[in-house]
Amino acid sequence: MTAKRYQPGDHLTPLIKPPVSKIQLVKYSGASGDFNPIHTVEEFAKEAGLGGVIAHGMLTMGFVAQMLTDEVGEAGELLSFGVRFVDMVRPGDIITCDGVVQEVKEEEGYQVVTCDVWAQKSPGDVRVVQGTATFRKPLA
Amino acid sequence: MELADFERLLGVWSKPVKNEVEKGAIRKFADAIGDPNPLYHDEERAAQSRFGRLVAPPTFSRTFDYGVIPGLEMPTEGLIHGEMFYTYYKPILAGDVLYASFALTDAKERAGKLGRMILLVFTYKVENEAGELVQEAKSTVIYRPEGGGAQ
Repeated sequence: MTAKRYQPGDHLTPLIKPPVSKIQLVKYSGASGDFNPIHTVEEFAKEAGLGGVIAHGMLTMGFVAQMLTDEVGEAGELLSFGVRFVDMVRPGDIITCDGVVQEVKEEEGYQVVTCDVWAQKSPGDVRVVQGTATFRKPLA
Repeated sequence: MELADFERLLGVWSKPVKNEVEKGAIRKFADAIGDPNPLYHDEERAAQSRFGRLVAPPTFSRTFDYGVIPGLEMPTEGLIHGEMFYTYYKPILAGDVLYASFALTDAKERAGKLGRMILLVFTYKVENEAGELVQEAKSTVIYRPEGGGAQ
């Protein structure tokens, strides 16, 4: 079996997540140890001027990470991954993660792929996180 | 704290804290994200992989204890997470014993349209028992001394 050869301009396989739920924000607070009440306590988030609870930026980053590890597969490795947090995500939002290959290099039996990655509320809509990632996958 | 207070702490590392990677913590973290990847959940499946043990997702190191920077008092309100960037050197696996530390590595003040902002860059380091770097992360936090939202 020949591994997929990436080319600049190729899209990664997008990931569409189920709607973000309040329960998920409670679970992520517990799992991550980030107990800032703006993510879980409605009254607190309203008083902070946010209009209601918002998702942890790191949760959305975790969604993009999921897309990346699905793309990279078991034989490959994620080398770097970073994002800017651009806009707020709220319960009910359906997040789509996507990416486009920018550069491909070949090194010692691997292809090293650098791509732009992002998450948005729906395809074509405003991006909530925007970043870059580099991964490597065996050529054969 | 004001900019000068942060500047005084630049480059001061916390004492590394021992963190043991628990499989239950990996599963809970992957569950919260809604990531069904079997390498995070299924021990038998992970045992057959080149990793041999459950693997931690790319942002799992967020759960570690990085210790305390003496003199750093982070405000609990008015903080916005601006950026996060990871560099990965080795996978993190269930059962690993890792040492985590962090430092403030950049601080500057900007006048934004919503008022004064202090931009803080924290560098997080995770090392294994052999003293090898496992991963490094840089986190940019925006602090608005006059208040504001958070993420």
